[in-house]
Amino acid sequence: MTERRYTREHEWITVDGDVATVGITDFAQEQLGDVVYVELPAVGRKVTRGGEAAVVESVKAASEVYAPLSGEVVAVNEALAQEPATVNADPFGKGWFLKMKLADRGELDGLMDEKAYRAFLAESH
Amino acid sequence: MRYLPLTQEDRRAMLATIGVASIDDLFVDVPPSARLAAPVDLPLHQGEIEVERTFRAFAAQNLGTTGVPCFLGAGAYRHHVPASVDALIQRGEFLTSYTPYQPEVSQGTLQALFEFQTMVAMMTGMEVANASMYDGASATAEAVLMANRVTRRTRAVLSGGLHPHYRDTVVTYARYSDFRIEALPLDPEGREDLAARLDGDTSCLVVQYPGFFGHVRDLAPLAQKAHAAGALLVVVVTEAVALGLLETPGAMGADIVVAEGQSLGIPLSFGGPYLGLFATRDRYVRQMPGRICGETTDAEGRRGWVLTLSTREQHIRREKATSNICTNSGLCALAFTIHLALLGEAGFERLARLNHEAAIRLADRLASVKGVEVVNDTFFNELTLRLARPAALAVDALADARILAGVPVSRLAPEDKASENLLLVAATELTTDQEIEALATALGGVLS
Repeated sequence: MTERRYTREHEWITVDGDVATVGITDFAQEQLGDVVYVELPAVGRKVTRGGEAAVVESVKAASEVYAPLSGEVVAVNEALAQEPATVNADPFGKGWFLKMKLADRGELDGLMDEKAYRAFLAESH
Repeated sequence: MRYLPLTQEDRRAMLATIGVASIDDLFVDVPPSARLAAPVDLPLHQGEIEVERTFRAFAAQNLGTTGVPCFLGAGAYRHHVPASVDALIQRGEFLTSYTPYQPEVSQGTLQALFEFQTMVAMMTGMEVANASMYDGASATAEAVLMANRVTRRTRAVLSGGLHPHYRDTVVTYARYSDFRIEALPLDPEGREDLAARLDGDTSCLVVQYPGFFGHVRDLAPLAQKAHAAGALLVVVVTEAVALGLLETPGAMGADIVVAEGQSLGIPLSFGGPYLGLFATRDRYVRQMPGRICGETTDAEGRRGWVLTLSTREQHIRREKATSNICTNSGLCALAFTIHLALLGEAGFERLARLNHEAAIRLADRLASVKGVEVVNDTFFNELTLRLARPAALAVDALADARILAGVPVSRLAPEDKASENLLLVAATELTTDQEIEALATALGGVLS
């Protein structure tokens, strides 16, 4: 499995073989506040990099979650329907949103690594 | 601010400012063929007495629904509205600004809307209802959009037993979208096979109950087939009183129930304002359009009401909101709630029974009229007649005799020539045996 990569919209992604797991970062969940609902895409849906893939709703706002890379959704985290607060409690673990089969692994290079994301956070917030 | 029209001096000053000589100069870019050749011939102003006299004379040309035998229906019904409904909805406690955003100043209105939602959920047999929509037709269109969101599919199939105006409203909503609407031809006999139109991209079947032509069908088999194909069943009710007697759509497996609420507490008043009811299953609540009131507790633990699940709505979700309607029919919802509360559960059922009994008497009497065939084998308070001549002609003739004989199907679906002789007749708790006799006699005269 690759190390976590990040987007400027505060999604994270890890890749195992050609399947990637996507979620939102600790910073994102903290900014949103208590998550009350997560709307996930249908399995089989094709998403493109930067396109809307899911919606996360907190007591404060509803926000889109964008696909970090292009591909096809192969699984979604059904457990979030019952326990949306998992996104707050364990954003990088049990709070994952979806798994997708990547169309082009090369797109990974366009994302930030841990160090770059930390620098991005420090600089922009 | 003054509410007086502009003076000639005002006009001159404005025209001078923009540098034109007359108002007509502003229209020079409009081709002469599209302009009026001469000024519109309007009478000058009149005094209040003269205006009242003129308009009373106009109004006297109407044949109102009170005081004459009236069998009009087709989505708007002549029912009794208790005088107490009007008295109560005008009480100061219910006066509030347009939409109750602020719970701290709108508890009365919010509580009434919460009770309204509870009543709608109970009478439709569903789990959750919103605080109302504009009317039954727009609620139907919203139901189709919601079914598309829930199923992530784009094709809706409308029954030929759906009110033609409702059908047209859905088609209008879908016109500039990627959604496809398949509207089946009018189905006066109530025999269509709606389930046969299901395919892998069907988001919902939309069926009216009782149907536009009055038929009452068990929808459970249709619900099962829709669900097996991954589609939702949307049930439309245009006569809410029917729900006092019939099996609820929820019990038959409906996923979304929409209705016109005019029959309870709301006068006919030339066709509006009316009241859209909208109910669905808990699991779909986040895809539901419209405002929702919820019960909660305040900082001191006391019961109170607020608008809830607002993240579905425009002021938060913007263009991704579930609907572009951010309001409800508050006053009509209040009248509905008060009327239904006055009736109570048993009273609601009795009212429905009175309606059905009157319709049975109507059907039995009309079946004996030469030139009249009763189409329905089932009905609630409205049914379809096949006449020996075009229904519109018969209705006109009976209007001259001061009888409102019903709604010719051609009035609502002029394109459907096969329906030319079909007449919808409705009976309610206000229908008397004398009225039925007057209709039967006059209709017999016109058709012989």
